[in-house]
Amino acid sequence: MSKNWPLWEIFVRSKNGLEHRHFGSLHASDAEMALENARDVYTRRSEGVSIWVVESSNITASNPENNGELFEPAQDKVYRHPTFYDLPDEVKHM
Amino acid sequence: MSNEQIKNLEEIFEARIARDEKIEPKDWMPEKYRKTHIRQMSQHAHSEIIGMLPEGNWITRAPSLRRKAALLAKVQDEAGHGLYLYSACETLGVSRDELYEQLHTGKAKYSSIFNYPTVTWADMGAIGWLVDGAAIINQVPLCNTSFGPYARAMVRVCKEESFHQRQGFEIMLKLCNGTQEQKDMAQDALNRWWWPSLMMLGPTDAESIHTEQSMKWKLKRKSNDDLRQQFIDQTVPQAELLGLTIPDPDLKWNDEKGVYDFGEIDWDEFWQVVKGHGPCNKKRMKDRVSAWDNGKWVRDAAMAHAEKKEAKKLKEAI
Ligand SMILES: [Fe+2]
Ligand SMILES: [Fe+2]
Repeated sequence: MSKNWPLWEIFVRSKNGLEHRHFGSLHASDAEMALENARDVYTRRSEGVSIWVVESSNITASNPENNGELFEPAQDKVYRHPTFYDLPDEVKHM
Repeated sequence: MSNEQIKNLEEIFEARIARDEKIEPKDWMPEKYRKTHIRQMSQHAHSEIIGMLPEGNWITRAPSLRRKAALLAKVQDEAGHGLYLYSACETLGVSRDELYEQLHTGKAKYSSIFNYPTVTWADMGAIGWLVDGAAIINQVPLCNTSFGPYARAMVRVCKEESFHQRQGFEIMLKLCNGTQEQKDMAQDALNRWWWPSLMMLGPTDAESIHTEQSMKWKLKRKSNDDLRQQFIDQTVPQAELLGLTIPDPDLKWNDEKGVYDFGEIDWDEFWQVVKGHGPCNKKRMKDRVSAWDNGKWVRDAAMAHAEKKEAKKLKEAI
């Protein structure tokens, strides 16, 4: 019997107040081991105060081929930005 | 896809890189880009992993607790570097198992420098100073390479390398300020590691086949010869500071060019080592493969344990 250890994606919060950020991936037999390995691989120099591990197969990613339909519609919605609105210079604090 | 369409995509792709845009794993890429990156990143990862062996040789015999802790931390870093790079490589759809298989069967190469023996403690100094020094020169430009996961891994690697070189230089410094015997040991280590370190920066430009394409993809920013010159120019003054002599009678400052001239490199030796005939090629592979094989029962047991735990959790949930 030989089964390869699955791949896990590692997210680390560098310090409280910051979000968890993707650091990389590693192989481990289960979540607990993934956490332990992540500590050794990604936080040897106090790079983190909290770790999330997610099995890579559980992540659904958008396909860059669909980037057009996904992200381009935002480009012509300039009215979502404050600079779209013309106000006289006399208006303060806005 | 028609050839016309592929050519079109390739042009868009090359233009993105030329604009300094990063390529991410799921983006369309030419097959050659994917293959070249798998090859270079895995070779790099293998070098980090095999690179642990010559230094691992001295962990139990380090002369003090301070040196032992530092060497242990350095070797652990190299394991980390290997892991960052393997995982970057896996984003291109190749499995860790395939990569190990390529290493263990000799299909994939690793840096030839790790096929030299580490016979004295001074070799730990020379390796940190020269080998990690040459590695840094190779790696710093890769922090800006075009493939995102590779560039990100290299940023982490480069941050960690500087301690490696400094701890090596400190070992040399201590020996050079010690007894005559210790100084001789340091000189002997420099004599043995100098030329292999120069070779580590790769064949001369005239013989380097991948350079042009690699420059375009930012896998390389300077040619091997330029990197080698940079390495020599920065290392010679460091050797002077140690009071050691670089084992090259032709080494001489060239006032006109503002660089050091240096002697002929024995490329026959380099190719012999690359082809598997270096002093330790067989030992390195044997040690690596047996470590992997002997660890199999542990990997299997961990997997079986994980599955059992998972099954128990499921049963309890019902
Ligand atoms: Fe390294
Ligand atoms: Fe290193």
